[in-house]
Amino acid sequence: MYGKGILKGLGVTWKHFWDTYIDDIKWGKKRYHTEEGIAYRMSKDARGLFTVQYPEERLPTPEEFRFVPFLVYDEDEGGEQVIRCTSCGICAKVCPPQCIWIERSTNPKTGRPVPVPAEFYIDVDICMNCGFCAEFCPFDAIKMDHDYELAVYDRLTNNIYDREKLLKPAAYYDGIRPLNSQKEFDARAEKEAKKAAAKKKK
Amino acid sequence: MSEKLNTPGYDVPPEMQDVVAITTLDKIYNWGRRYSAWPMMFGLACCAIEMICTAAARFDFSRFGMEIMRPSPRQADVMLVSGTVTKKMVPQIVRLYNQMPEPKYVVAMGACASGGGPFKEGYNVVSGVDKFLPVDVYIPGCPPTPQALLHGLMKLQEMMDTQSIKNVRWYQKEPLDAIPIPILGPDLLDPRDFPQFAEKMAASATENKEA
Amino acid sequence: MTEQTKTMHKDIEARFAGIIALDDRSGYEGYRVEAEKLVEFATALRDEFGYDFLSSVTGVDYLPDEKMEVVYHIYKSTGGHALVFKVQVPRANPVVPSLVSIFPGADFQEREAWDLFGIRFEGHPNHKRILMWEGFSGHPMRKDWKEAYYEADAKPFDARWPGGDVSRSEDKMVFNKNVAYPQDFTPENWTPEGETALYSGMQNIATDEDLQTEHVVVNLGPQHPSTHGVFRMVATLDGETIVKLEPVMGYLHRNHEKIGERNTYLMNIPFTDRLDYLSSMSNNFGYVLAVEKLLGDTTHIPDRAKYIRVIMAEFTRISNHLMAIGALLNDLGAYFTPMLYALKERELILDIFEAVSGSRMMCNYYRFGGVARDLPPGTHEMMRGLAFERLPRQIDELDRYLTENEIIRARCEGVGVLTPEEAIAYSAVGPVLRASGVPYDVRRADPYSVYDRFDFDVAVRYHGDVYDRYLVRLDEIRQSIRILQQALNGIPECDNCLGKPRYSMRVPAGEAYGRVEGPKGELGFYVVADGGPNPWRYHVRAPSFINLTALSKMCEGDKIADAIIVLGSIDIVLGETDR
Repeated sequence: MYGKGILKGLGVTWKHFWDTYIDDIKWGKKRYHTEEGIAYRMSKDARGLFTVQYPEERLPTPEEFRFVPFLVYDEDEGGEQVIRCTSCGICAKVCPPQCIWIERSTNPKTGRPVPVPAEFYIDVDICMNCGFCAEFCPFDAIKMDHDYELAVYDRLTNNIYDREKLLKPAAYYDGIRPLNSQKEFDARAEKEAKKAAAKKKK
Repeated sequence: MSEKLNTPGYDVPPEMQDVVAITTLDKIYNWGRRYSAWPMMFGLACCAIEMICTAAARFDFSRFGMEIMRPSPRQADVMLVSGTVTKKMVPQIVRLYNQMPEPKYVVAMGACASGGGPFKEGYNVVSGVDKFLPVDVYIPGCPPTPQALLHGLMKLQEMMDTQSIKNVRWYQKEPLDAIPIPILGPDLLDPRDFPQFAEKMAASATENKEA
Repeated sequence: MTEQTKTMHKDIEARFAGIIALDDRSGYEGYRVEAEKLVEFATALRDEFGYDFLSSVTGVDYLPDEKMEVVYHIYKSTGGHALVFKVQVPRANPVVPSLVSIFPGADFQEREAWDLFGIRFEGHPNHKRILMWEGFSGHPMRKDWKEAYYEADAKPFDARWPGGDVSRSEDKMVFNKNVAYPQDFTPENWTPEGETALYSGMQNIATDEDLQTEHVVVNLGPQHPSTHGVFRMVATLDGETIVKLEPVMGYLHRNHEKIGERNTYLMNIPFTDRLDYLSSMSNNFGYVLAVEKLLGDTTHIPDRAKYIRVIMAEFTRISNHLMAIGALLNDLGAYFTPMLYALKERELILDIFEAVSGSRMMCNYYRFGGVARDLPPGTHEMMRGLAFERLPRQIDELDRYLTENEIIRARCEGVGVLTPEEAIAYSAVGPVLRASGVPYDVRRADPYSVYDRFDFDVAVRYHGDVYDRYLVRLDEIRQSIRILQQALNGIPECDNCLGKPRYSMRVPAGEAYGRVEGPKGELGFYVVADGGPNPWRYHVRAPSFINLTALSKMCEGDKIADAIIVLGSIDIVLGETDR
């Protein structure tokens, strides 16, 4: 019959429309603004169409998600910032679009380099969010952020991030990437234990 | 909605409060623009795909009044510059912008449109669309996720709220000049450079010699 | 190399003794051919030896030797390894005979080599620039050509560390822009010539004298809702019928290759994401294969990594074809509803990519010798859920929704026909080639990675029209699901077997051509290494670019409205077309 294909297609459209409402009714209020509601709506079992009600609700960010990089600092007993970065420059060397600028500090007395960055700039108008800096940093000092709400009205004053803007506490990093930070913590602990054992042997 | 628009400052007698709403012209004007900013259907590169995803069901920017994307610049209010602006394309982009009716806004989506992005060093890439057009909101990211784009569009709406009919540039007495369209010469030519072209060429020649 | 190809090579050497010589540079393969004998050699290769598929043509600038080289990769459409041959000409006056008359598929690639390298192809019917505009000064891929923002020949740049002297490149420029003009240039004496040249070429067609009709030249794009980005077509019409059509591209030419030759090998991986931005995993795959060929350590890749690579590449194929079908329906006028349904499924695949690689589109997941990291916990179940339950169900639904639709059939059947002979001659690849009845799939014809372990069919249809290209894509999604199911069942488990990625490595001098069957067809990467930290030549054989060569052939004689869906059925992505 001519027109059968079109009717069949219309049936599919109708089903999509209908499915969305059936789920709405079935789930009631739980479907929106709850974690399980969002998880269900973006799962393989979801039927109908799904809209995330941004900004009231957000999609869960997977751990590996990467946006622009940030620098991690620890806090010592006195509450002072201890920056993990040693300004070794690996991130600047490995950066594909070359958007990282690092100024190494020098000891004012001896003139020798000190393993702390005096300045650290990232031009986010060049950054391609590839994550190489975080991947190859041997000190777990630069990591990829989960915060994507960075829109600004003026890029010339805002979009070259300096050291102050890039620094975020280690607690924040542990929060957004719990598995990775645990893994790195274990690796560091293991390394230190080995070092201590080697010292003892001597 | 009406609470937001209803400005205090004028006392409405209690018996009239459910009947009358008082607002300022600016507020109602901004409210109207804010919820009817139609983007132009105009994709340049990778970011355009994220823009399409934002228009699709999961993110759905019609929730913000960006109901339909218009392929014609004459029916569009917002130009989402979604991707790398190349020298070969920039004359067309400027022409499209000139064809948009006021009020018009430009959103630079992603690193490329903001400042050249990873391809900045390339010989055919313009270092940001703001070299030619006035940009209202910059969204970093490569590409910005749909939620980042939505955030940028909300920023744009917030900006619209702060505007006033008295001082927006398209209601001034002097007519608005169209942006001169760049020309494809031996390299990209900006007509705005022409008055000082010879001087600048001389300056770059001496610079080259020094280097 | 198998015994059969070895004897074949011996036959070729015997047949062309004196004309060709073995390329004896270390790490290089194939033959060098005298420029004068090139046409004779290529014709005989096609007619006598069955090498009928000219896959890639590209230039290389050997500045230290003062030579320009044109490299050809040619295949048999029945499968097997490539035959590589090269022509070397002096750099000062590089002239090579054009092969367009024998292999029409060389058309755009030769124009690209002229545009970027300044190699002149004698006898080319339309010898114009293709990516840059007519009148642009210089040939930018030449090694001694430098752009305005030039900093150094190789990354990393010195200004980044340890000085940290931050600045924006444009601030150092006199014009405050990314521009550089020839010394004696003045804007007063300049008249742009590109458009005039283009349009005069289009109008110069004989009209019917008796009927007093006139041809109309119509321009579509680069800003047009149906050109899939910044693509442009100029068509000469007789009434509504297309007499001649010329694609115009380069509006998204982002200098991928020039930047790629400055990058280290590793840095190029995230740049390949941005080629065909709908299928970044496949791009990674092709590039990584090419460099691994150079490194010579293909055997060291752990099995699990190989499986992960295949799984990701197949998910990419599905998401790309979903988008392609949605976009084709958009072009047909079914505005956004089919696209909406396709994107809904695509989002679920992107969720996996985001969880695995960290980004929805720009995955940057493959590394030399493996992948960036193992699958994070939970993603395996997500993938199983999609491959075994959701996708088969949804693809059937898409099939039910569209395939039998009478309007689609009326619009698509018999439109944009490409015969098998034409498809091979035009070097069409991927679904375009297979819809024309040529069952050529790199996964089968020249297996790479672990594709030889899976059971799947090469999707093929025989009419060569738009409808068949749609059907081939649908079939391919089903085959991809089959591969995924086998791969997900067979993926070996292991702890920490993927190793740690390296950021610096020594790539030995030589050349390599790595190719994969991307969603759009054969995606090849031609890399020449000189032993330094960055490639000497880095070329992408882009399927969307070369498939467009056949566009005007497919459109001629059809209505102008059909040009839109023919373009939609090729499924181009401008990031790859223009690079």
